[in-house]
Amino acid sequence: MQLVLEKRVERSTKIAILSPLLAIALTLVTMSILFAILGKNPVMALYVYFVEPLTDSFTLMEIAVKATPLVMIAVGLSLCYLANVWNIGAEGQFIMGAVCGSYLAVVTNGTDPGPWVLPAMLVMGAAGGALWAMIPALCKVRYGANEILTSLMLVYVADLIMDYLVRGPWRDPKGMNFPTTASFDPVATVPTLFETGRIHWGALAALIVVALATVMLGRTIKGFEIRVVGAAPRAARFAGFNSKKLVVFTFAVSGALAGLAGIIEVAGPVGVLQPGISPGYGFTAIIVAFLGRLNPVGILIAGLFLALTFIGGEGAQISMKIPLDLTKVFQGILLFYVLACDSLILYRIRLIASPKKAAHGTA
Amino acid sequence: MVNAVPVSEPSARAPLLQAIAMTKRYGTFAANDSIDLDLYAGEIHALLGENGAGKSTLVKTMYGLIQPTSGELRWMGEKLELTGPSDARSQGIAMVFQHFSLFDNLTVAENVALGLDGVESFAAMSARLAQVSRDYGLPLDPNREVWRLSVGERQRIEIVRALMQNPKLLILDEPTAVLTPQEADQLFTVLFRLKSEGRALLYISHKLDEVKRLCDTATILRGGKKISTCDPRKETAASLARMMVGAEIGEVKATGARATTIPRLLIQDLSLTPDDPHGVHLKNISIEVKGGEILGIAGVAGNGQDELFAALSGERLAPREGNIVIDSNAAGGLSVTARRKLGAAFVPEERLGHGTAPRMKLSENALLTGHAASHMVKHGFVDKPKTLETVDKTTKTFDVRKAKRDPEAVSLSGGNLQKFIVGREILREPGVLVVSQPTWGVDAGAAAVIRQALLDLSSRGSAVLVISQDLDELAEIADRIAVMFHGHLSPPVAAHEATREKLGLLMGGASAEADAREASHAIGA
Repeated sequence: MQLVLEKRVERSTKIAILSPLLAIALTLVTMSILFAILGKNPVMALYVYFVEPLTDSFTLMEIAVKATPLVMIAVGLSLCYLANVWNIGAEGQFIMGAVCGSYLAVVTNGTDPGPWVLPAMLVMGAAGGALWAMIPALCKVRYGANEILTSLMLVYVADLIMDYLVRGPWRDPKGMNFPTTASFDPVATVPTLFETGRIHWGALAALIVVALATVMLGRTIKGFEIRVVGAAPRAARFAGFNSKKLVVFTFAVSGALAGLAGIIEVAGPVGVLQPGISPGYGFTAIIVAFLGRLNPVGILIAGLFLALTFIGGEGAQISMKIPLDLTKVFQGILLFYVLACDSLILYRIRLIASPKKAAHGTA
Repeated sequence: MVNAVPVSEPSARAPLLQAIAMTKRYGTFAANDSIDLDLYAGEIHALLGENGAGKSTLVKTMYGLIQPTSGELRWMGEKLELTGPSDARSQGIAMVFQHFSLFDNLTVAENVALGLDGVESFAAMSARLAQVSRDYGLPLDPNREVWRLSVGERQRIEIVRALMQNPKLLILDEPTAVLTPQEADQLFTVLFRLKSEGRALLYISHKLDEVKRLCDTATILRGGKKISTCDPRKETAASLARMMVGAEIGEVKATGARATTIPRLLIQDLSLTPDDPHGVHLKNISIEVKGGEILGIAGVAGNGQDELFAALSGERLAPREGNIVIDSNAAGGLSVTARRKLGAAFVPEERLGHGTAPRMKLSENALLTGHAASHMVKHGFVDKPKTLETVDKTTKTFDVRKAKRDPEAVSLSGGNLQKFIVGREILREPGVLVVSQPTWGVDAGAAAVIRQALLDLSSRGSAVLVISQDLDELAEIADRIAVMFHGHLSPPVAAHEATREKLGLLMGGASAEADAREASHAIGA
């Protein structure tokens, strides 16, 4: 018997939908084995991870809170990846968005400047993320620098800039020397949706982003341009699409969305600028983007699912003493399986009986 | 099982290689369906068939590149199992591919060394290379880098590499496709010599006159099945074509009055350095294409045709606005989209990946070139029904055969996809159409449809520029023919005065060299 990958004539739409589900199933099996090795009951652990958070209205809202930045960032990243532009630095753009937006909150702190502050913060956050993303974009367009490296390295630069600011000029004078800014004023805070819980208007913003991206990718010439440049660069050039301009465009949009997610996170659930505002949203969003098939609606579902793993992971840490790092392991395994299962969209697996050839192969 | 082969000699001899009921299936599709073939020493055997007939699959199984689903090979009477090309080479089977596998930055000798299984020293191998190339009249400088060589010379490397293995059977896949008529004649001399040395040759082609000239036996494939084995010298070109195609091919003819007065496409003194370090410099190219005319550009591939196409389409911008004029508009600096808006249309050589995005639907591929000037986009939004309408119209007008209404481009056969691409552009009624290799790798039926469509477009007053390696095609449709060589374009000659010999000489650089000599004299004087 021989396992053969055979190219399909046309991509299979059925598998395109099934592939992420298959990846999730394989991940769950692998995770069960890991739980067993750690000496935990796999059934119990999977329940705590994936079911328990869904049984409580507070954790359900927390899932939405965590999913908000993931979805926003991942939608932006999906535009890049569709166009074959590899922005790996959304984490940095997220931080710079938070930093730039926070500037206004910090300088107006305690002055009651009026309701314009929050909108202005959001604009500055988006602009900050976009500008930060321009560095790898322009390096690529101008000098041919590999955007994977430049965008990734800038994450650490952004992180250090924020660290400097909250430990230095922006540190809260009444903060007992903790590296944090003063708590943002109410006018500089994203309001919550309900009386209780932390779910905020940013969640609606994420839904609007999903809707806009769906329309853009499916209906507009710009969306078509993005897809062609990624799928067939030479055909895109023949179509008259400028791939360099598109690198700048996709980096700008994804940077702006990551920056917006950053300032919404800081001005919403967190309420101050401080190190550790992101548990790696910018990196997890890469998984969300691929798990969601680089499709905005898929990303919404995938974002909620990965948010569930964050919340479930916290729960498992508390109730079963399972290390929180296992959540990251889970996310890594998931991305691995997603990419592996994707090959089934273009190829089919066939078992071919050929004892003779097998004998030759081993000879 | 055993086929009676009507060879010139009575078949007292045993075949060198016998293929019995060779079958290769991909899923449900049979690329080869129970094909029998006998090859004899000292014989040139033609394998004839259209693209997709199964020729390549069959020879690749004989060379060990493809494992057959069923059937068997017998080599000098003994059962032969090939697990890879090195098996085939060790038996004495060599192959010259249509697409060369050479490294541009390496020398001739280095390339040959990479393709040989032997253990001899590099110096000994180089000496043997020089010896073999001299012996067979295939001159090659072992120390020259491949990128400096013409296509014909590159092919020589492949042939010499094959001959250095001293093969009993040499398989040649469409070897004349990249040669000038004169180069092809030189190749034939070599092939006759190999035959007289008692080697068997399997010669894949779809050029009937060549096969009639060269081959002792011909096996014709169609749709994966063997149609017949015959003596090509006793057949007419028409009867061979009938067996290949399975039907009569319609004549292509010009219709209507063809006014030829107004130049609609002008190229003026265009010089361009290539992006690619191994690309071709375009040198002072000037030509005009009038409305109602088809201008053919002949030439061996790699002499600047790709660069010229890119400069005309706007994928490469010309140094000066006036280098390219479309309907009296200076267009040298305009983008592809802007040129399309001026009424120009383009069909590149590569169907998949250049002319279409392979994994996108036909409607999206209609949008690919239609977004510029076909009202498919309103306020940034795509009018999907309109793109589908274009697909339907193209399908109907150009008889594009496909499994469903809007499949991915890659699922269409070469001929049908080419009809779609050409149709997509012609339906826009372009004032200027630039087409590169319009019927490359396309079946005869589709080729006839495409050529007729080009003739019809020109008779409606459009200027059509056809870049083609196929001299027969240019003779059939072009009014004037110019030849590209080393980035130069010869002055055009009227098609009825353009004999194969004349064009062949130009394709080999005869007049370009003369021009250069004149120019240097002028400077010297």
